[in-house]
Amino acid sequence: MDEKTIFDAIRETVAERTDANIDDIKMESTFRELGIDSLDTVELLMNLEDKLGVTIEVDKKLETVKDLVDFIAAL
Amino acid sequence: MLNGKVSVVTGASRGIGRAVALKLASLGSAIAVVYHGNSEKAEETVREIESLGVKAVSYKADVSSYEEAKELAKRIREDFSRVDILVNNAGIVKDGLIAMMSEDAFDSVIDTNLKGTFNMIRHFCPLMIRAKSGRIINISSVSGMIGNAGQANYSASKAGVIGLTKSAAKELAGKNITVNAVAPGFIRTDMTENISDDNPLVQMIPLRRFGETDEVAEAVAFLAEASYITGEVIRVDGGIAM
Repeated sequence: MDEKTIFDAIRETVAERTDANIDDIKMESTFRELGIDSLDTVELLMNLEDKLGVTIEVDKKLETVKDLVDFIAAL
Repeated sequence: MLNGKVSVVTGASRGIGRAVALKLASLGSAIAVVYHGNSEKAEETVREIESLGVKAVSYKADVSSYEEAKELAKRIREDFSRVDILVNNAGIVKDGLIAMMSEDAFDSVIDTNLKGTFNMIRHFCPLMIRAKSGRIINISSVSGMIGNAGQANYSASKAGVIGLTKSAAKELAGKNITVNAVAPGFIRTDMTENISDDNPLVQMIPLRRFGETDEVAEAVAFLAEASYITGEVIRVDGGIAM
């Protein structure tokens, strides 16, 4: 899956959850800055699974949007 | 009432699990009957549930296996498309004094009772998180609250279930999922058939008798409907752990 598709899906999902402006969600944004705590991450990942049709089993800490984009791109 | 709900009950072919499955079915819930050993008894439970007018399907699985629990969640999701209530009841005993307890007796009891409960929560909570709703009820034991000579493995596993229940309750509360435990005392089942009525233990029970499986099922059904109770442990023990 290409990075753009993943990035867009993450932005869309985060924006839905936090009411953040989609343009404010950048590759280098941390989830903490975006108002997503570690408990929210689970739900975020599930929404992404549904959106992208992949199974995401994260076993390491992902701090920025880019971390997650890279992680999913490598699946 | 639980009309339209779907409940998953492990260890549902007999004993407390069977009583829980029947009780939830009598309230209108469809039931996924999870069992490990006895397929004949599981089918009997399924037929009895169906006679109450709700859907029931049996699944053979070893909950102590992470992979089998994962596969089970997938199959149940395909068959029922949702899970509202998860009752982790599957449990085994391998009693013995610590000084004589084998490694296997310790490990296997922890694996089924504690890890099995984790495995089920692990693989079923995604469904509930997506639905933003769920009830998880774990069957612990008073043995896990006050200890019991000859049950180091069992009481450790059941105490572990209480810790797991409280952590899961805190973690999942934000998703509108409640997680509670029921801690039965001496209940008349195959598991306690070796304890006779004249056992001095019975004299230690304030209510002076063994409990019945239906009495445990009542508490589970209460928690299945309770919307503002989470992280709680309800004893159904005739007062023994007071």
